[in-house]
Amino acid sequence: MKAWRYPAFWLTLGLVAAAGAVVFATRSATLREEMFLLLMFVTLASSLNILLGFTGYVNFGHIVFFGLGGYVGFYLMSQHGWPLWWATLAGGLASALLAWVLGAATLRLRGAYFALATIGVNEAVRAFVNNFRPFGGPTGMSLNFAVYRQYGGPANALWWTFGAMFGLTLLVILISYLVKFSRFGLGLMSIREDEDAAMVLGVRTPNLKTWAFVLSALFPGMVGVLFFFKNGNVEPGDAFRLQMSIEIIVMVMLGGSGTVLGPAIGSAAYERLRGYLLTSPIFKNLHLALAGFLLLIIVLFVPAGLVGWLRNRLPKLRRVLE
Amino acid sequence: MTEQLLASLTDGLLLGFVYGLASMGLSLIWGVMRVINLAHGATMVLGMFATYLLFSTFGIHPYVALPIIVVLSLLFGFLVYATAVHRVINAPYLSTLLATFAVNMMIIGIGTAVFTTTPRNVDIPVGRIQAGPVTLLSTRLVATLIAVIVTAGLYLLLYRTRPGKAIRAVANNRAAARLMGISAFRTLALSFGLGTMLAAAAGALIATFFPFTILSGAGYQTKGFVICVLGGLGNPTGALIGGLILGALEGIIPVFMAVNWVPVIEFVLFVLILLVKPSGLLGAR
Amino acid sequence: MTRAFRVILVLSMLAALALSGCAKATPAPTATQPPKPTSPPAAQPTVAPTPKPTPVTKTVVIGFTSSKTGSQEVPSTGQTRGLELWLEQVNAKGVTLPDGTIVKFEFKTYDDESNKERVQQLYTKLINDDKTNFLISPYSSGLTDAAAVIAEQYGQIMITTGAASDATYKKGYQLVFQLYTPASRYLTGAVDLLAKLDPTAKKIAIVHENDKFSTDVVNAAKAYAESKGYEIVLFEGYDSGTTDFAPFINKIIGAAPDAIMGGGHFADGSTFAKQMYEKQVKVKFIALLVAPPELKFADIGEAAFGIIGPSQWEPQAAYSEASAKAAGIQWYGPSVADFVNAYNAKYGENPAYHAAGGYAAGLILQKAIEDAGSLDTAKVKAALDAMDVLTCYGHVKFDTSAEAHGLQVAHEMVYIQWQKDASGKLVKQVVWPAEGKSADAIYPLSR
Repeated sequence: MKAWRYPAFWLTLGLVAAAGAVVFATRSATLREEMFLLLMFVTLASSLNILLGFTGYVNFGHIVFFGLGGYVGFYLMSQHGWPLWWATLAGGLASALLAWVLGAATLRLRGAYFALATIGVNEAVRAFVNNFRPFGGPTGMSLNFAVYRQYGGPANALWWTFGAMFGLTLLVILISYLVKFSRFGLGLMSIREDEDAAMVLGVRTPNLKTWAFVLSALFPGMVGVLFFFKNGNVEPGDAFRLQMSIEIIVMVMLGGSGTVLGPAIGSAAYERLRGYLLTSPIFKNLHLALAGFLLLIIVLFVPAGLVGWLRNRLPKLRRVLE
Repeated sequence: MTEQLLASLTDGLLLGFVYGLASMGLSLIWGVMRVINLAHGATMVLGMFATYLLFSTFGIHPYVALPIIVVLSLLFGFLVYATAVHRVINAPYLSTLLATFAVNMMIIGIGTAVFTTTPRNVDIPVGRIQAGPVTLLSTRLVATLIAVIVTAGLYLLLYRTRPGKAIRAVANNRAAARLMGISAFRTLALSFGLGTMLAAAAGALIATFFPFTILSGAGYQTKGFVICVLGGLGNPTGALIGGLILGALEGIIPVFMAVNWVPVIEFVLFVLILLVKPSGLLGAR
Repeated sequence: MTRAFRVILVLSMLAALALSGCAKATPAPTATQPPKPTSPPAAQPTVAPTPKPTPVTKTVVIGFTSSKTGSQEVPSTGQTRGLELWLEQVNAKGVTLPDGTIVKFEFKTYDDESNKERVQQLYTKLINDDKTNFLISPYSSGLTDAAAVIAEQYGQIMITTGAASDATYKKGYQLVFQLYTPASRYLTGAVDLLAKLDPTAKKIAIVHENDKFSTDVVNAAKAYAESKGYEIVLFEGYDSGTTDFAPFINKIIGAAPDAIMGGGHFADGSTFAKQMYEKQVKVKFIALLVAPPELKFADIGEAAFGIIGPSQWEPQAAYSEASAKAAGIQWYGPSVADFVNAYNAKYGENPAYHAAGGYAAGLILQKAIEDAGSLDTAKVKAALDAMDVLTCYGHVKFDTSAEAHGLQVAHEMVYIQWQKDASGKLVKQVVWPAEGKSADAIYPLSR
């Protein structure tokens, strides 16, 4: 347990804490909505990073955990009257369980085959939920508005949801650091560098990979419940958007995969940039093309992401940034 | 029941040829350079829009326009390879995935700005042949025919010409091919161009019977993955057979259950095949 | 690639990011303003800023999003045009409140890209940053469902138009009011029409889009048809964005129904009709949702001939002051002809029902404000609850029960069919209800 010795640990936690604190300090609803999306992406990107960055497995279907967890939690809230807190936990656990089952099978695949399989899993689950009557099939489910009353009205419910999202973000950052500087994390990184060598040296790779997968699935499941609770309804098309999966990968790459600060900064930057391009009168029509251009530049010239680049350029920063 | 099965199967198989044609491009690119081309769907849509524009502004019939589109898309493929892919061709495969995805975003982004997302149609007169319960539409028949011709052409190119042999050599062993004096850049660019061309050609054919928008590519692309895995990733002729298998499945499954279960079965099958035999049902070469 | 170039590249990227951060940060001052008192529980909505007696005119901000891109672009454009026509007309005079304040209206609107996430983000922005007083829905049930939650959460009245799904109004909302005839009554008239045309027809095939609105419609239509003794020989859904209808058409041929009903939205509906024509499906009666009343539907040519579609409103509609008097309800707003002419003068085309729906959304809000004599949310809500009025758009009255508050209970559908005029050109004719028809229905379809 030596994560706290790294300045980067305090830096990242401090940044996220400040982002949340600003919202509570100003009590502005618009800022809260923006920050909710931002923190949501930070959590999704950071959790993906556990598998993508630490272990080196490219998961194109990260969003399936967000969707499925959201669905399970929403089902419990809307059909069985569970309170948000327990439903969030249940959503996370459901996603973790799915990852555990899937991981045992799919993590044997290497490289692009694993990436393809995750696309297949996401599409299969989406198509299944679309036909699954208890989850409302194609029309999805919605919450009765009266539900918000137990949280002190809709306005309060939104604040509570934001608070939960904020807590979740801090938690995922904390856990990322703990993983990174633990024996477990070391094992994961040895898999990333050379899986066969790691196996020969006695790293129990199948176990480690599966647990990394489970851990990385837990958080999106919980985020999904919070997101759809805030929306008041859930539909298959919104829950399993492959596009969003890829966007999360882009966020991780933008900041620097394998670091904890990277995905946090990357997702914040991407979300801000997208918001700016979308509303800017000049770029409004070309926002997607510009975002694509930026991504290409990063992939071609700065593959280590922002944090990785800084570390390479300025050796002095290496002690600060992990 | 038999009548419906026959009609459905014919429809599915005819479509399967065109899906197969598109997937051959995906498979070729993977086979030669180990790149999963995430701009494949967008390229298909470019083919559709090229057909639409040539037809609606110059009145060029889609089948006449096809050679023009083939040449243009080949050049477009070279361009994409040289600017976006070549630099990262030896980097971890995530880089090439993201590079092609970036190209995908740019195509869709510019396309949306220029064409908006309104659905388009290429309206050409449709002939009809009735054979018992089976109705054959002229557009589908011609598309099938063209798909077969293009496949044959690709086969000849790969097995009978020098550049084709170079492509196969590079696919087998890039380093060894280089030692034999084969220019990796030219060969890889050619294969990427060919893959792009196949996608655009398939898109041009699809445009003659289905409406499309600038966003239509995503659906065809995921279908393409399924087909490639069915036929064996990296095996272009396998992809055509994969396309036929998928077409047949899409024809047969609805006879026995609701149509919306088709994607569930397709993707479960896809994952299962990957798990049991990642090289695909037909195996790699 | 030199090092210097890389440095410049990264620096410029950082600058771009910083710039975007700053650009986004500029509205931050709003954040430091005292937060708008967010809504108390739904039963007691927030009081909108009440007009002070000192200024003579007061501008009311109405917020909505429209789909300038994405799948809902075509109908959404019509709806927005209807709204803009209303704005132009109402602002010519303004609405005078009892205290002498003259109310003028202003729109705040964004492009929602037919995307749900955007809708929620934008409505939150409309309410908090643009300080809207009232809201109007986006087009389509799915988007409206997403927007309604926000309206209700922040305690603002939302008039919904272009959103027929019943489900939205069964969630305990208090401030959301529906103008469209709900989905549950969309195709029931088609069943009645079929019964009238051919008492021997017994088998119906239903093929529909798998989305909230279409599913609501066909579930209700299925139950209704079955209660009338029809046999539903096929009942299946297709995913939004489907382009290949061959599997359904083959199933339809196998099931040999007398009538086909269903569809979803414009793109899929017109494609479905086109492919049925190409395959020469032998069927006597086809009624599809949403697509047929669109003028663009005629683009599919011969395939459009004979197709029937439910419409919220048509220019031939026989709503008038006289019919209001006869029915004992209040009349409000311009006559049908005045509306059609004004629309035609402004846009050079006849309004489709989306446009009429948009226009009516403004009109009903105006009427509610006049009735309430105030801009206060609670008072306007009470006026809407009490509303029972006939306009050029038709009869409007809202459900006030606890289970389905805001659901439209009075408005009726009309059914159009594409027929040919003397010169062989495709034209829309109203064929149902019998008292409003402009031509007899063509039956059976000859193919």
